[in-house]
Amino acid sequence: MSPKSHPIGLSVRGASKVYPGTRALDKVDFDVRLGAVNVLVGENGAGKSTLMKVIAGVEKLTEGTILLDGEPVVLSDTRDAARHGIGIVFQELNLFPNMTVAENIFIAREKTRLGVDIDGADHAEATRALMRRLEHDIAPDALVGELRIGEQQIVEIAKALAQDARILIMDEPTSALSASEVEILFRVIADLKRQGVGIVYISHRLEELIRIGDYITVLRDGRITGAQAMDGVDVGWIVRNMIGSASKDFAKAQAHDFGPEIFRAEDICLPSRTGALSVDHVSLSLRAGEIIGIYGLMGAGRSEFFECIMAQHPHSTGTFHVEGRPLDERDVSGRIARGIALIPEDRKAEGLIQIMAIRENMSLSSLKSFARGFHLDLRRERDGVMDFVRRLTIKIASPENPVSSLSGGNQQKVVIGKALMTRPKILLMDEPSRGVDVGAKAEIFRTMRRLAAEGLGILFVTSDLEEVMSLSDRIVVMSNGRITGTFSGEDAREEDIVAASAVGHAPAHAPAHAPDSATEEAYP
Amino acid sequence: MTTTTATVGAPAASRQSLLLLILKMRTFIALIAVFTFFAFAAPNFLSTANFVIMSKHVALNAFLAIGMTFVIITGGIDLSVGSIVGLCGMVAGWLILNGVDLGIGYTLYFNIFEIIAITLLVGVLVGAVNGTLITRLNVAPFIATLGTLYIARGLALLSSDGSTFPNLNGNPEYGSNGFYVLGAGSFLGIPFTIWILIAVGCGAAYLAQRTPLGRHIYAVGGNERAAALSGVKVKRVKMFVYMFSGFCAAIVGLIISSQLVASHPATGETFELNAIAAAVLGGTSMSGGRGRIAGTIVGAFVIGILSDGLVMMGVSSFWQTVIKGLVIIAAVVVDQAQQRLQARVALQQQAAIGR
Repeated sequence: MSPKSHPIGLSVRGASKVYPGTRALDKVDFDVRLGAVNVLVGENGAGKSTLMKVIAGVEKLTEGTILLDGEPVVLSDTRDAARHGIGIVFQELNLFPNMTVAENIFIAREKTRLGVDIDGADHAEATRALMRRLEHDIAPDALVGELRIGEQQIVEIAKALAQDARILIMDEPTSALSASEVEILFRVIADLKRQGVGIVYISHRLEELIRIGDYITVLRDGRITGAQAMDGVDVGWIVRNMIGSASKDFAKAQAHDFGPEIFRAEDICLPSRTGALSVDHVSLSLRAGEIIGIYGLMGAGRSEFFECIMAQHPHSTGTFHVEGRPLDERDVSGRIARGIALIPEDRKAEGLIQIMAIRENMSLSSLKSFARGFHLDLRRERDGVMDFVRRLTIKIASPENPVSSLSGGNQQKVVIGKALMTRPKILLMDEPSRGVDVGAKAEIFRTMRRLAAEGLGILFVTSDLEEVMSLSDRIVVMSNGRITGTFSGEDAREEDIVAASAVGHAPAHAPAHAPDSATEEAYP
Repeated sequence: MTTTTATVGAPAASRQSLLLLILKMRTFIALIAVFTFFAFAAPNFLSTANFVIMSKHVALNAFLAIGMTFVIITGGIDLSVGSIVGLCGMVAGWLILNGVDLGIGYTLYFNIFEIIAITLLVGVLVGAVNGTLITRLNVAPFIATLGTLYIARGLALLSSDGSTFPNLNGNPEYGSNGFYVLGAGSFLGIPFTIWILIAVGCGAAYLAQRTPLGRHIYAVGGNERAAALSGVKVKRVKMFVYMFSGFCAAIVGLIISSQLVASHPATGETFELNAIAAAVLGGTSMSGGRGRIAGTIVGAFVIGILSDGLVMMGVSSFWQTVIKGLVIIAAVVVDQAQQRLQARVALQQQAAIGR
């Protein structure tokens, strides 16, 4: 596995990408070697996806160059990148559920007779060939929407394979695959390597990376912190480079005693579409003043658990108690009235109403407290909002501007303000630091500390190991819908947490005849 | 563009905010322009009699447009309002002429106030059917209200076999006389219709701006998922807007049959399109979340004055239709320009205070 046998196909030099308010990439150098698996690893928000989007022509660099076979190229869009032989399997599935498998695979690249008539038979034949290669029996004319998520991911991979890419980017391709499907994918990857294709492989499953990677690059906060051949790399090395020794600016814990238990969840189950449980008998208890960090990989059921607490899944089972009394309100406003507030993961889609003013967004959950009967006291509302704007140091020109004019960090503070204005006792924060710049992050963490010291109970979900280590009084690790580990804040070790988060995602040592479900695989 | 404003500085910024002000007031400016034009071009346009007639025409569309505005703000559409107008007119006519046959050789007659209340209730009920279809059965608003458009129109036609209920003078014995006053009467020289419009308009504007329910209507249209997670009872809000739209349509049905002292089952055909046009002209966004009652009323006046003025000038009604269409398209094009400029100004203000 000497570097000489793997020529560099594509390299990125001095790449920087600046978004309003954040620097996603900072002078990054990255090489893709042909005929090898180039692994890219880092925490959420480290810049992996941005770097891949740049290579796939989705985003343009603010500074820096992309060299293809030593020649500088400008990739203006995905079509351009595809013409240069670059294919990508995106993390989010980009499929059309109402179209067939074959139509999806050849979308925008349809083979036609005389430029108009689509050659359906040819498509179907090519699709069957791809499926044989992926060892799957998915009919070319099946509707994508009716396939399982894992099968959809196979279609997405087939779509990238159909382009005969020389450089193939796979952004978390295994996140929805079962252990045996992962084995198949690895065989396909080995096959591609022999054909001289350069593969960029992104995943959070560290053992998987070590198994199939030839070269590894670690990103942290938009910078490269480690790049070398895979020989001699172990999980410890990756975690050290991902997290680094220089700690981020985390607020110091304010020593305070916890109050009595204010929130308890017992045996919460939520069936998912595939028949498995996306939340699997989760029980936990939270005391006043306590911060519990819930760590896990994407799809571990953390957000779904929060949605159960917020009455978003009427068919979930189990019971919640707030201050000893059962929480049996059936709608969101009833649960807010009981003192629960949620800060959703997806700020744009679930947290904010983009076209409404900052003031209107912040007071939306607490309008009742500004109304006498049905009459809304606009001055009191404005005063109340401005009070929280000051307390959370939200930087705004005017509370009447639309919330979309704010930077990510300030938007997140507006969402937090909206939650706090309902005077909650329990705060549920789903990835509170996602898409937020470093300064605002530190302020949000300080706010969390202060609120806990004031007696709120906080449950927060994060995929950032360092964050969960330094903010939590207690750490709960979830994997495949189940709680797979509970650690107290002081004596938690990073390795244990990572190990607990991978339970159920068998690192694919499994034999190929294993049952078709990862869950059964993991709990023999 | 950011750099030019930065270098040119204050004058450019103030020019921009002036432009923004003009764009925001565009419906009002259009109203003044249309008004001034016809004052010179159309004979007798400025006479009091003409104003009274015109305002009555406008009011009918304005009622429907007010109800429609709320529906569109939540991101929906109500195509059934024209049919509700027809149905409610027939309900009022039926109750005055025939009463309710209880089937035991005894017929129940209502007095005029009860008749008005029942008719309004019928409008609200049709709205409730729309709301139920949309919130409980997940039918798309366009389809649900298209269905009720046909059903309500069909029921109106069935009620009289397609003929007119004439001479709705009522019977003093039952207290059902005096129905004509609603459409023809006036107070302080201003027709009752206009007083009712003022009351409904002010009520709706107050609801939109100063009540939690109004705020929730905007929130549902702006981002339904975020509104639901913030504790807004989305289904209840949607039920309300369709019921309110039905209520407004029932008012129009009553007024028209009162003005004519007769009710005809085809009354109100294509009224829903005029109501949508007025709302859009007044700055209501079809994608939801944005719109004002005052804008809608001004929009209704622009459309009304435009069509009445063109009639007075003797312009062919075929040309009138073309002109109406052009005005609506122009309004939306200008609206888009305003949105872009407004977003830019807000971003500049935000950039000025730094992050």
